[in-house]
Formats: sequence, structure tokens, C-alpha cells
Amino acid sequence: MAKRKRTYDEINERIRKGEAVVVTADEVTAIAKESGVEQVLEKVDVVTTATFGAMCSSGAFLNFGHSEPPIKMTKVWLNDVPAYTGLAAVDAYIGATELSEREGMNYGGAHVIEDLISGKRIRLRATAYGTDCYPRREIETYIDKDSINEAFLFNPRNAYQNYAAATNSTDRILHTYMGTLLPRFGNVTYSTSGQLSPLLNDPEYLTVGIGTRIFLGGAQGYVAWNGTQHNPSRQRGPNGVPIGAAGTIAVIGDLKQMSPRYLRAARFYGYGVTLYVGIGVPIPVLDEDIARFVSVSDADITTGICDYGIPSRQRPVVATVSYAQLRSGWVEIDGKKVRTAPLSSLAMAREIAEVLKSQIETGKFLLTEPVARLPLTATVRQLAAGGEE
Amino acid sequence: MMTQRKRIILTFPSLVIEKPITYHLVKDFDFKVNILRAKIVSGEEGRLLFEVEADEDDFERGLDFLRSEGVEVTPLSKEIRLNEKACTHCGACTAVCGSGALSLDKDTWYLSFDVDKCVACELCVDACPLGLLSVHF
Repeated sequence: MAKRKRTYDEINERIRKGEAVVVTADEVTAIAKESGVEQVLEKVDVVTTATFGAMCSSGAFLNFGHSEPPIKMTKVWLNDVPAYTGLAAVDAYIGATELSEREGMNYGGAHVIEDLISGKRIRLRATAYGTDCYPRREIETYIDKDSINEAFLFNPRNAYQNYAAATNSTDRILHTYMGTLLPRFGNVTYSTSGQLSPLLNDPEYLTVGIGTRIFLGGAQGYVAWNGTQHNPSRQRGPNGVPIGAAGTIAVIGDLKQMSPRYLRAARFYGYGVTLYVGIGVPIPVLDEDIARFVSVSDADITTGICDYGIPSRQRPVVATVSYAQLRSGWVEIDGKKVRTAPLSSLAMAREIAEVLKSQIETGKFLLTEPVARLPLTATVRQLAAGGEE
Repeated sequence: MMTQRKRIILTFPSLVIEKPITYHLVKDFDFKVNILRAKIVSGEEGRLLFEVEADEDDFERGLDFLRSEGVEVTPLSKEIRLNEKACTHCGACTAVCGSGALSLDKDTWYLSFDVDKCVACELCVDACPLGLLSVHF
């Protein structure tokens, strides 16, 4: 472990006094290039990272409050989108990718979440079998974010640490969660904010852990746990950065304080509904290792390009490229120039990094030391079809 | 002499498909032709979308020639519109835009839409995750 240059307490003290030096992950890369990592360690207290991309593993817990007479909901729909209510009487979880029973892919859980935080009224319908303590068997009413009790976003897997890019070797257009993939390697899509992305700036989870306060959908949220499919064992480059999808975080925050600017419902044609989530993570420059990690540039972050034309969980990697190449607008596959396009918004990620920076500079956002680190040794298991008892 | 630049759709009846129509437009009427989309199957009706640049007189004479050959001429009236205010600049639409009308600025990474380059192929309409691109006639 590298020698401590500054502590969380010291950084927070400087934030409270309005003296903290805060730069974005883009800016710190430029500083390191110009003056070296030593200067980053010497001068910078906090680096803000961010991402704004489609994150399917998202959703919100809601508590509707009790009706008179009360109901123990067994099935519940919000604007005709089913929510999960196998919990206490009026608790439910609305998942981002759940589709409307009336409108199919045109409306889903993500739209319910966006409508809710936008202040819109949502139609609630629920049925029940009725009990002595909860006699009511059905209810139909309207709710909004001010009429219900808690509403908190709890996303089991967000902010993937790197992700494979996508292409298509087949003769037909593929409609995927990686966007529209044109036939015969007609394009390549990718979906991370590269050198600005949270876990790509903290590849060994030295500062991002359970309890880390973050910018989530416009409000202050927290890292609740490692995300599902957290895979720190992914092959890494010499700089420690994983080559392809690796670590993930589960995040939590008060939905009522979030903004539809940073939480947007989306639909990938032929795939379904998902939620664009804006996440910003501050990284304290505690020591030289962290100073080096946050200085990473797009040229030093690589990922594989997977062929989505092969309908398998083991999609073949047709090329390995850096984010600098992906950002250039084209990459080479088998000697052929192929157009590239992002799916996550770098413009929005930069905005979030700037917003978080100014919140820290003005003392509105203090850093937290994680209460536990994210696992460093987990691997991802696969599901066998037709398994036996 | 005024130069005209227009996008037009030619619809060829099946019998005309075998004739070198575009050759005549270039050779006899000095059309600068950029073919944007084409679907021509022998024995069936063919459709060709092109952008043409020609002097005003040549342009009119060329169109007369086309009509005399039985080719139907319609100006491209379809237009793709972007709801810019709601755009998050994710870039998903640029993945399918072969004409380069939709592109991300390499400094700001904001999306820009150059209507003049659009060939109204409509691929972007489904590609936009927020449904912000639509076809208008």
C-alpha cells in the first residue's frame, strides 16, 4: 500500500473551508500528461468521475401507504406496468425493464420511474386475496411522489467497470441492447465513458466501496454493495485496468430528490425498455497509487469488440481496441475500417462530473470513507440449462 | 446561370429498368449525380433516390427527358426531425447514420443534425433510445 498523502478527514476539512482542489477525471488526465503523476498527488484532493448510460439492472422500492380498509397487495400495476409486490402489504419494487401490459415496449418500468420523479400522477391498480387483517381485495387510484411514503432507487448493477464493444458479422440488422448493429461489420457500438468512468479510475476499488457517497440521478446516493455479476477477476492490462466487463456497484438513493435530467427512460428497439442513469463518483487522491489510477487516459483503456451475430454468452472477440480508437470514429476489423458510435452520453457524463465538482468545491458534498471494500476475488458463474435436482 | 441542387426520387416502370437512364442524365444534361439509395430488381419497378446538381435549364430538360421515358419524378419530401431539446447526446443514432447527417462533435460530444446530408433512410428513427427522431411528410 502506498504512503498516505492525505486522509478523508483532511480532505473533508478542506472541502468545508472551500479550499479543496477538485478536478474532473478528464482534467486530471491532462494534468498528469503535462506535469506528471507527482503533481496530481501533490495538488489534487478529489477527482470527479461520471457516467450516463443505459443500465437495465435498475429499479425502485415504493411504499404506497395504507388504504381504508387496508389491502395486502398480491399484484400491482403502475400505469399498467407490473411491479413486484411479494413483500409487505403495500411495498413494491418497480423494475426498469418491466414492460407495460398495454403498450409493450413503448412504455415500461423506467418510464414509470421517470414520470414519478417528474411529478406526474401514476395510475395504481392492485389486487389481493383478502385476509382478516387486510380485507380489501382490489384498489384503483392515482399516486404521485408526494402522496406515497418512501421511494428509493435501488439498482442492483450499475456503472460497469468497462464493457465489451459490439459488432455484427451476420447478413441482417441486429436490434440489441448495444443498439442497432448493421450487417457485415457495418458498425461498432460501445458504452462506457472511458477515462471519465468511475470504476475505470479506481480499478482496484481502493476508494469506491460500500458506503461511498455518490451523485445518483441528480441526488446524493450511496454505493450499497458490489453489483451483481461483479467480476474483479477479469483479465487486466499492465496498468491494472480490466479489459472488458469487470467490477460493478449496487447503488441506492432517494428517488424523490432525483431529476429526470439524470434519470431517463429509454427503449432499445426490438430489445425493450431500460433506464439511462447518471452516476458521479468522487475519488479522493489519498496516495500515489490512486494518483496514478485517476490519471488513466482513453489510450490506456482497452476492450474487446464482441460479435453479437453469434447468439451465445461466449460471443467471439473480433478485435481488441482502446477507447481512444473507439472515440476516433472508426476502428479496424480484419483490415476493414468500421464506423464506431457510443451509446452512453459523454456530454452528459462530463456535465455530471462538473456538477459534482462544483458541489464539492462549494461544500455541498462531503466524501465518505467506505465501511467495507468491494470484493477483489469474485468470479461470475454461469447458469446451466436443464439442470438436475 | 443558376445551379440547382435537389434530391429526387425516380420510379422506373419495369420496362425502363433495362435502359441506361442515368448515363443519359450525365452525358446529355450534365447532371452531377450522387446516388443515395437504389432498389432496382430486373422485371420489377425500380426506385432511385439521388441528389443532383445541374444548371437550371439542363435540370428542366433532364426532367422532361425522364418523363418522356416513362420515369416518374418526385422530389424528396420526407424529412427526419430531431427533438433537440430532449436529446441526451448518447450517440446511438450515429451508429446507423451512413450519410453523416447525424454526428457527434469531437470536442463537445454534442449531437448535431445536418438536414442537408440526410437521405431519410429512417434507420435512426428506431435507433434513438429516447424516440426523438421522427419522419415528417
